[in-house]
Amino acid sequence: MTRIIAPTPPVRARSPLGRTPSQSGRGPFALSRRAQRWALFVVVLVLTLIVLLPVIVIALTAFKPAAEINAYPPTLVPGVWTLDNFIAIFKDLPFARLFLNSFVFAGGVTLFALVFDSLAAYALARLDFRGSRVLLIAIVASLMIPFQATLIPIYQLVGDLGWVNTFAGLIIPRAADAFGIFFLRQFFLSLPRDLDNAARIDGASELRVFRSVVLPNAVPALLTLGIFTFVNNWNDLLWPLVFTTSPDMGTITSGLTLLTGPSGIIPYGTMMAGSLVAVLPLAILFLIVQRRFIESVATTGLK
Amino acid sequence: MTSIVKSTRRAYRAPAPLGGRGPLRDHKGSAAIALAFLLPALIILTLFVAWPMVSALRLSFTNSSGFGLEQWVGFGNYVQIFTDPRILGTLGTTALYAVLFTPTALIGSLALALLLNNPRLAGRGFFRTALFVPFIVSLAVAAFAWSYLLDPQVGLLNYWLRALGIQLGNVLQDPTLAMPTVVLVAVWKSFGFYMVIFIAGLQEIPISLYEAARIDGAGAWKRFLHVTLPQLNNTLAFVVIFALIAALQAFDQIYVMTGGGPYRSTQTVVMEIYQEGFKKLDLGLASALSYVLLLATLILSLIQFRFFGRREKDAN
Repeated sequence: MTRIIAPTPPVRARSPLGRTPSQSGRGPFALSRRAQRWALFVVVLVLTLIVLLPVIVIALTAFKPAAEINAYPPTLVPGVWTLDNFIAIFKDLPFARLFLNSFVFAGGVTLFALVFDSLAAYALARLDFRGSRVLLIAIVASLMIPFQATLIPIYQLVGDLGWVNTFAGLIIPRAADAFGIFFLRQFFLSLPRDLDNAARIDGASELRVFRSVVLPNAVPALLTLGIFTFVNNWNDLLWPLVFTTSPDMGTITSGLTLLTGPSGIIPYGTMMAGSLVAVLPLAILFLIVQRRFIESVATTGLK
Repeated sequence: MTSIVKSTRRAYRAPAPLGGRGPLRDHKGSAAIALAFLLPALIILTLFVAWPMVSALRLSFTNSSGFGLEQWVGFGNYVQIFTDPRILGTLGTTALYAVLFTPTALIGSLALALLLNNPRLAGRGFFRTALFVPFIVSLAVAAFAWSYLLDPQVGLLNYWLRALGIQLGNVLQDPTLAMPTVVLVAVWKSFGFYMVIFIAGLQEIPISLYEAARIDGAGAWKRFLHVTLPQLNNTLAFVVIFALIAALQAFDQIYVMTGGGPYRSTQTVVMEIYQEGFKKLDLGLASALSYVLLLATLILSLIQFRFFGRREKDAN
């Protein structure tokens, strides 16, 4: 794939706001180039630390004893490190179950959507049939429908099927999605057609061309879409809130909101421990694929 | 150099978004095959996207409560949305949310993108990754973290700001400050996404344009105004549309942090749909509100597409 963040050639005008060397050294606020570099670095570093403060606070507070959390003045780093909060979330919530549910739900949606979306995308990118253009336009138009707007009829349908509080109810309505189809179709179109035509001339069926020629070449796109789908579903709150009523069927994201409960003392310790565990799988996934993930976000804006 | 990169990239990207002469012509009788490929996705999209669209429209003209008993009420629900101050208020709240969220997210992410795009910044890759981290945190978890930071008694941020002489008080109980607070959480979560898109957009701008502007004596601000901004047109359009649509759907952090309060000051449309539809079981009203949300989303998208489409033509 094209590298989005290309290595910067030694061109000084690369930065829109940067000043040229000839400009530095003039004016009342003139700084040496070295000092400018340092100033820029420090500014960005401070901004980054501010941005990451909530994440740092989650990670540190999770290990604080309750007495410290409720003490005044508040502190950032725990004086005493404890695992009590992690033990408490397993007592307060069916936490292991929620964690498993999240994996089954987000993983299930991702698997189904990848298979169904890529099949449909292949038909739209490579097969000639009447109405393909109309269908494509309908799919693109449906991208503009927020799921929140159709949640009630979807809920009724899921209820009629007897799927409330089941994985089927959580997963099947999302087993295909318009964005995924459109995204993969665009990618399939960018693959050279000669490859699959050669396979067709050799007598390969469309299913074989799809499976053995197009899919292996589309791994980057599939991975990107898969990560997006997984992260979105893992983090979704409204969907599991609506389709599960029993605490045992919730996801980790919806389950954690049960901790806030009726007003009173907010159990920050367990909230932060639960949050840390909820974020951990995504953080690990992100660390492994962060480059691809960020660059695929970059490409979405350039269409 | 840039032109070569561009042309190869264009060739690589292949056909235009919606057009694109696709399929082979010598493929007769492939309709059945195509249908087989499309069928699973079509079934799902018909059952869970197309049909619910129709069903929600029908429900919006009834007073259904979901137990089979329902009467046709015509435009009654829509009249109520635009006359009942309680419901009308949720439209205003959502508009306020969008007005606060979109420019803040836009300016914040663009400013950081400009800083990170500066070749003189060391460790750009690291900062890009670090600033993207909030994007993988769920809004619900972000809401927990911010609730704790802003807690009037034990919140660190509240404590530090007090040391600087800023008394925030209990922001989530404050009818004027609750909204900016839930917006802040959403901006925090999503700016990294927009920032990465802006960085990619900035990298696409030909360096020659900046050199030409510099020769013409344009300063940094002028270069930003007359080179960067017009060249970022498409990216800006994308980000604005994305941010507006995201703003219209605000729910998660509000559900966690304020529950729509205090005094309904953070009661957005989706919060209201959730409460009317799933708590009070007024499916008619909730569906009508859903359709208002749907139409608002559609209209915004179309306006933005048209507006930026025209500007693009003018530029050429």
